[in-house]
Amino acid sequence: MKSTSNTPATDRRLRNKMSFSQTVSNSLTMAYRGLLKIRRTPEQLFDVTLQPIIFTLMFTYIFGGAISGNVQSYLPVIIPGILVQTVITTSIVTGVQLREDMDKGVFDRFKSLPIARIAPLSGALLADTIRYTIATVLTFTMGYIMGYRPDGGLGHVAIAALLVIVCAWSISWIFAFFGVIARTASSVQGISMIVLFPLTFLSNAFVPAETLPKLLQWFVKINPISHLVTAVRDLSNSGTIGWDLTISLIGAAVIVAIFAPLTVRAYMRRT
Amino acid sequence: MSNNQGKKLLAVNGDWAVEACGLVKSFGTNRAVDGVDLKVPTGSIYGVLGPNGAGKTTTIRMLATLLRADEGSARIFGYDVVKEAQIVRQLIGVTGQYASVDESLSATENLVIFSQLLGLGRSAAKRKAAELLEEFGLTEAAKRPLKNFSGGMRRRLDLAASLIAQPPLIFLDEPTTGLDPRTRNQMWETIRRLVKEGSTVLLTTQYLQEADELADRIAVIDHGRVVAEGTVNELKASVGTSSLYLGIKNLQDLQAARQIVERVLNVGSSVSTEDGKIIAPMADADRVTDLLIAIRGAGIQLAELSVQKPTLDEVFLTITGHGVQEDASKASDKSQKEGVGRG
Repeated sequence: MKSTSNTPATDRRLRNKMSFSQTVSNSLTMAYRGLLKIRRTPEQLFDVTLQPIIFTLMFTYIFGGAISGNVQSYLPVIIPGILVQTVITTSIVTGVQLREDMDKGVFDRFKSLPIARIAPLSGALLADTIRYTIATVLTFTMGYIMGYRPDGGLGHVAIAALLVIVCAWSISWIFAFFGVIARTASSVQGISMIVLFPLTFLSNAFVPAETLPKLLQWFVKINPISHLVTAVRDLSNSGTIGWDLTISLIGAAVIVAIFAPLTVRAYMRRT
Repeated sequence: MSNNQGKKLLAVNGDWAVEACGLVKSFGTNRAVDGVDLKVPTGSIYGVLGPNGAGKTTTIRMLATLLRADEGSARIFGYDVVKEAQIVRQLIGVTGQYASVDESLSATENLVIFSQLLGLGRSAAKRKAAELLEEFGLTEAAKRPLKNFSGGMRRRLDLAASLIAQPPLIFLDEPTTGLDPRTRNQMWETIRRLVKEGSTVLLTTQYLQEADELADRIAVIDHGRVVAEGTVNELKASVGTSSLYLGIKNLQDLQAARQIVERVLNVGSSVSTEDGKIIAPMADADRVTDLLIAIRGAGIQLAELSVQKPTLDEVFLTITGHGVQEDASKASDKSQKEGVGRG
């Protein structure tokens, strides 16, 4: 502003389209904003730190004896299951926070800036992968403390962790969509729980599918969450990569392909 | 160079910063904006004046690509706000009624993020942020979280954020609402400087004084429509003449004096309720001499005599038929008075 005069509108180089690199750079900046916000309000990490610890302890000792005979042999079953359940539940918060964020005036500025329309959304979702990472690391750590020794080795456990984070990020687009269309943050929480609760519990996360009634078995087998859980079990317990991993990744890609454009459209329309 | 001259010329040739034509926006059954036409010449300060709920903010939001109009079209420097929205966004800065900055971050972090979004590199963004904070007197508060900012500081930061890209057109939605007089004057200075540096400013305000003070041209907007448009002087002239105020020493003579005023000036008159003064439009100053002679001839003693030019308040009242103040009793009282006084 110390320069005395402005460039007139007619002398500016203007473009009506956003380039891909600009979109990426805008999204990264918005993700940086998300990280700054997490640093400023660390209390919003409560859920991702406490939930893995409490749930892992609770479910392992409640179900361990009944399902696998003892806690030790239940750990390879429950740790991948609880990991998927916890991380995906965490992704609901993305939608809730997005809703809260959008109610603030700063989103008006984002809309009036010449930036990629998707950036405020993709940035927020990207920043939230830090939450999934925290939840993942804590769940595996809890399992280790309780005596879980995955046979797949550290490398495969890391791949499994990455898979869960990627899938949670994809699923968070669903909740981001709810976040954009819902009127209040608490309704986002409500709708998301209704969707997620059956999905995570009607899966093979906690119990073997074979023990279930026929109709439930059918659902559990097509439930994408089951495939994700199986993929994580394969990776961490035996170090194998199977069909389930492919299905999980395809599912994740399909969710993003459907919900990312939907969310951006709804976000643009909302005023 | 002769930047200013060039701009004036262009403006005459029809180079408009803003051209809006028949903008309509309804929320449910409420037509918040009901056919607004606006033309803002490049390089000027344009005031949109109107009471709460007149449609000012909605109009600005449509022009700033934040809201899509139901009907009508708008161009910013010739670019369509719908079809070429992304270009328009490169040419505008928007400062809303409510500070659009991030509450949970510090002033510096806010400006750095906005700068980076606008394509500056990390170090350039930091430099820009420091520069703007310095300019708006926020350097000391730069690292503090915004929660502890006063309303004035927040507004200044908000304006600073709008100026990062040095946009040629700046929208200011009620930039001084809620500010104390000192901060308000600072804001006015800043706005004037922006225009000097080559920007066009479109501001909305509820304050006539503000429009009077800053704006080159004014559109008066009421119930979603532009009810009057012109320079401050044109608008004042449209209300007509100055008013003659006569204070009568002995209130018993009031009716007699009124009759004389109406007979000699050949106009209608009114009596202000607060201080019992006779108010009459003064079209021809020469006749006042006749009036004074006639009053002395009738043996009526005057306590006070004054002439007042119409204020923008009166302009507003005359045009819209109701007061600007939310204080309804005061407003209706005044419009009654004006109504009689101006026939």
